[in-house]
Amino acid sequence: MNKKIKPYNIVIVGTGGQGLITLLQVLAEAAMAEGHDFKTSELHGLSQRGGSVEVHVRLGAKVHSPIVPLAKADLIFALEAQEALRAIKFSHPKSIFLINKQIIPIPLQKALTGEEIMNHVKKTSKAAKLVPAFEICKEKLGKGVTSGIYLISLAVSRGFLPLSPEAVLGAMKKVMPEKYLALNIKTFDLAKTYEEK
Amino acid sequence: MEEILSNQSGKKVILLGNDAVARGALEAGVQFVATYPGTPASEIGNTFYRIAQKAKVHFEFSTNEKLAMEAGVGASFAGLKTLVAMKNFGLNVAIEALLPFVYTGVKGPTVVMVSDDPSCYSSAQTEENTRAFSYLARIPTLEPADVAECKEFTKLAFEISEKFKVPVLLRLTTRVSHQKMPIVLGQVTTNTSLVKGKFVKDARQFVTMPPRVLEMKEELLQKNKEIRKFFEKSKINKFEKAAPSGAGIIVSGVAYLYVREALAQLNLALPVLKIGSFYPFPKQTAQKFIKTLKKVLVVEELDPYLAKEVKEAAQETKCKARIFSKEWLPETGELNTDIVALAVAKLAGRRYQLPSIKHQIPDLKRRPQLCPGCPYWLVFAGVKKAVNEKEVVFGGDIGCYMLAGGAPHFLQDYLSCMGSSIGIAHGIKKATGQKLISFIGDGTFFHAGIPALINTVYNGSNPLIIILDNRTTAMTGHQPNPSVPGSNISSSVAIEDVARGCGVKHLKVIDPVMQDEFIKTIREFITKPEVSVIIARRPCIFVKPKDEQKN
Repeated sequence: MNKKIKPYNIVIVGTGGQGLITLLQVLAEAAMAEGHDFKTSELHGLSQRGGSVEVHVRLGAKVHSPIVPLAKADLIFALEAQEALRAIKFSHPKSIFLINKQIIPIPLQKALTGEEIMNHVKKTSKAAKLVPAFEICKEKLGKGVTSGIYLISLAVSRGFLPLSPEAVLGAMKKVMPEKYLALNIKTFDLAKTYEEK
Repeated sequence: MEEILSNQSGKKVILLGNDAVARGALEAGVQFVATYPGTPASEIGNTFYRIAQKAKVHFEFSTNEKLAMEAGVGASFAGLKTLVAMKNFGLNVAIEALLPFVYTGVKGPTVVMVSDDPSCYSSAQTEENTRAFSYLARIPTLEPADVAECKEFTKLAFEISEKFKVPVLLRLTTRVSHQKMPIVLGQVTTNTSLVKGKFVKDARQFVTMPPRVLEMKEELLQKNKEIRKFFEKSKINKFEKAAPSGAGIIVSGVAYLYVREALAQLNLALPVLKIGSFYPFPKQTAQKFIKTLKKVLVVEELDPYLAKEVKEAAQETKCKARIFSKEWLPETGELNTDIVALAVAKLAGRRYQLPSIKHQIPDLKRRPQLCPGCPYWLVFAGVKKAVNEKEVVFGGDIGCYMLAGGAPHFLQDYLSCMGSSIGIAHGIKKATGQKLISFIGDGTFFHAGIPALINTVYNGSNPLIIILDNRTTAMTGHQPNPSVPGSNISSSVAIEDVARGCGVKHLKVIDPVMQDEFIKTIREFITKPEVSVIIARRPCIFVKPKDEQKN
């Protein structure tokens, strides 16, 4: 098969209200600015009320299905650490798997620790990383809500994504409402300085 | 300027499938749009609600889908180009109005857009397949697979409706409605003012009564013969050739995308016939496709309707090809590339295994929750304090308050369709006399609860009905409903006036924040020999105060 036509597959998991559809829109606009073909898939309705949410973005020369097949994700973002478990089925040994260290408790269920989560994730994806995006954003910017953009910026600045930082920044300006834009741009810049401990 | 109204023909934009249907309708020159919100079809209404004034299009959120359909029928009879949109269950409500409309035919071209939800991501009651209605109504039906087709098929549907004078059904599914991709805009001619139609009397067309109605049926059968011929020649049914190997695939809807990807994944080249017009089925096109084949795989989500058509087409020409469908594909749940790849590999005699995770992963039980601050918390908490839960049957209905069924509430003993909390409550009351409290939201009460309430009065049963009036249709994205005026809707209907008018004697409007009064009233009303109603009124936390003030 021609390597060029293989799409680049992104899965984002999290919980309702974490802004997954906005992140999807940012990636889609950036993909368009860079001249990629792409398709995305999202779910609306009751699943948004704090339940688990999963969106898919696929880009490349030609993309057919909007849904990433099993074990075919090149890049996975988990905006909540426990939700990473749901995305394991999309991962393969070389997937880049960025997990926000934030834990949002599930009613009536004991929360898993970061270590427990990583033990599961690393069985299929050696390169998985637990990133304290929520803590860093909260500490440096006063709010943790932009941790999704933090993870995307991290992926872009490390060259994991076939999208340029300029394209992503341009997409953010197009997609995000004026009043949230400044905080998101600050987050975007902040992530570039991230150093693993 | 809203991108969806852009006049820049040739411009590339990102659209959601549903918005591409809206854009297609705008490019076709739509003049009248009526809908009732329901996931996965809601964005059609949200978009037109936002742009209708600017686009000079008549738009309404109707009180239910039957009324949306009837509004559309009226507008079409008056000559306007009309779009009616709803989710799958909506068509159950509207079918009474659709069937005669297909007989009378349209005056203004009309498209009915319906979105199904395989896997029931946001659909509580059944995994309904709208294509069954294509047969019942004999309505020409198109199935787009991606966002670009959403726009193109919508325009084509209007053209077919104009040419053959019948309404046309456009059937989407969740993965089409909520898919995004870049598409190229066409020309849109914005009306300078709202277009006024004219109803020209013509009983021969608009009155369905025997004996004329049987002539109408004959006329419809004739139209569908012509439409079938049209589809046999139409590019909407794509024949994608490949070197002969004896095997081929027939597919419709979003499953086409999975077939293309599965073939690429397996590095296989097989001929594919993509059916865009599900009804009337382009039989000759299928016969031509299968003529030289030994094995055919029919790929479609849910019921094997397409497979039946293909089998019939094969029989007629004594074609010996073996036809596989649900032997290799599930009838429950949506398809995806992985599932389709397994079936395609079988067809090609290839070995293929899906990647699977070998180790055990903990199951997260993160279910949707009422939002923090939602007034329903107070309603459910009050009910729990007022009665012994074990002694009371709790009826649920369609809305955010379905979450009463889960933790920590557990206040839902039955759940069926819109309005049924009251209708079924009446039956249970009549049959048992057990204590019963049913929950219904403001939007659902207007949609289908009112006739059910009248039935409890008229046929004498005594459930306690709690109407959760949060001043919006919250679950589908906060659309306005008759209890609240919207941004360009001036009048509203008070639920208490309706209940009183239906003959309800025990009636109270209570803000659930007033827990003492709420609990006291529940205890008092649940013992009444007649039906009683509590309107628990407190706005959804997402309702802006300015929407409220207008009331």
